[in-house]
Amino acid sequence: MSSEYKVSSEASFVVRVADLHKRYGSEEVLKGVSFAVRQGEALAIIGPSGTGKSTLLRCINRLTEPDRGRIWLENTEITNAKTDINKIRQQIGFVFQDFNLFAHLTALDNVRLGLTKVKKLSLKEATERAMIELRRVGLAEQAQKYPAQLSGGQQQRVSIARALAMDPKLMLFDEPTSALDPELIGEVLHVMQDLADEGMTMIVVTHEMGFARSVCDEVIFMEKGVIVEQGPPEQIFTQPKQPRTQQFLSKISELYGRTSS
Amino acid sequence: MNLLGPFCQTLQDGSFVRLACEIAPRLLQGTATTFQLTVFAMVLGLGVGLLLALGRIYGNKPIYGLSTAYVQFVRGTPVLVQLFLIYYGLPAFEIRLDPFLAAIIGLGLNSAAYQAEYFRGAIQAIGRGQMLAARAVGMTNLQAIGYVILPQALRIVIPPWSNELIYTLKYSSVAYIITTPELMYTGQIIASSPRGPGAFRYFEVFLIVAVIYLVCVLVISKLLDLVEQRVKIPGLEMR
Repeated sequence: MSSEYKVSSEASFVVRVADLHKRYGSEEVLKGVSFAVRQGEALAIIGPSGTGKSTLLRCINRLTEPDRGRIWLENTEITNAKTDINKIRQQIGFVFQDFNLFAHLTALDNVRLGLTKVKKLSLKEATERAMIELRRVGLAEQAQKYPAQLSGGQQQRVSIARALAMDPKLMLFDEPTSALDPELIGEVLHVMQDLADEGMTMIVVTHEMGFARSVCDEVIFMEKGVIVEQGPPEQIFTQPKQPRTQQFLSKISELYGRTSS
Repeated sequence: MNLLGPFCQTLQDGSFVRLACEIAPRLLQGTATTFQLTVFAMVLGLGVGLLLALGRIYGNKPIYGLSTAYVQFVRGTPVLVQLFLIYYGLPAFEIRLDPFLAAIIGLGLNSAAYQAEYFRGAIQAIGRGQMLAARAVGMTNLQAIGYVILPQALRIVIPPWSNELIYTLKYSSVAYIITTPELMYTGQIIASSPRGPGAFRYFEVFLIVAVIYLVCVLVISKLLDLVEQRVKIPGLEMR
């Protein structure tokens, strides 16, 4: 462990991102993004589509390789080439917009696969753990169903259980309700709210302003690859400092009605 | 009807049935060889084909280049030429293979190129999100391919793969030219031996040979249908 990094480490932060850059061809998607998330904090990232929110999230577990900048998970630098990224990913749960459940496996096996193959748990231990997580998201009854036999909301809850089973220090949600029919959004948000209440550290890219406002401790408004404004939800939603934030939020409330829940 | 007259006669006087009974043991032996040839060639083709497909999808530049060149060369040249290269050509390098082994290698390496393309299609039909999700729980690339991608791809590939199996079974008949004692070769020997029961009765002998091939193909199709049903998973049909 280098001394430089002991200086920069602060025990209470689960994840720190410093000056993150990412470019696709000629388009710079992330133009130097920095922030940190404390233990037990729920951070919402909001902003218009195509502003790099999802790319940012994927850089955190290096599903996308950042071009420049550094990221730490607690005291381990994720962006260090010597870091075993597979070890890091075990500690970061990732929930995709379109669920990405393993299509050939039952709900139970979806949750169990990482436990048996990555964590090398015995089948018995893995089954017990997987059932605990499925129960937690209210789907113990559906354990033997295949993804195609589940509703979108159920699939997303299985995918949350799959991530939780790995015992993550951090959960990343990439627009977890954007692919869902409106009547199914609630069940997924409910599971996420429980998680936040239990003290899970999480970063949620979302268009659900009500959720961001009522559940999250901190909100980042991002546009065109930079953080425009950051603060507690009350401040962002009621007294935004930046004109762009105001514009965005008023447009959203025109579209979806009031942003409070 | 007149043209078929002599043949109808053999049916009526029972000499066709007698011929069939007489040459059946040898033809069945040839059929057994055809089966072995097909199975070994398909297994070889499966292994090599899968590696080629993975090389073309996940390989770095040199591996991608080599796999692609292999597929292009094999698909771009006649299987007969390939068999001759192996059976008659390799002895120039002091490599002498018996006809059976040469046929297995020739047909297997030929089938590999086609199987590679079927596998590639199946693997690429699987959404990119599956790989991402596997990597996100901490699997290595190889684990993701082994536990997530291939179990799905191998199910999707069954219908086109069945085609390739049937094709290889029938195409194994060209191995008669390098004297592999399979079904076609056996029929040829029976029909052309002047003193045997099937001497010069080409029509009847090869009609029997054709029927045997047909029965084999029907049995294999049925078996693969059963396999497909057996491993079927809801929502994972060929789309």
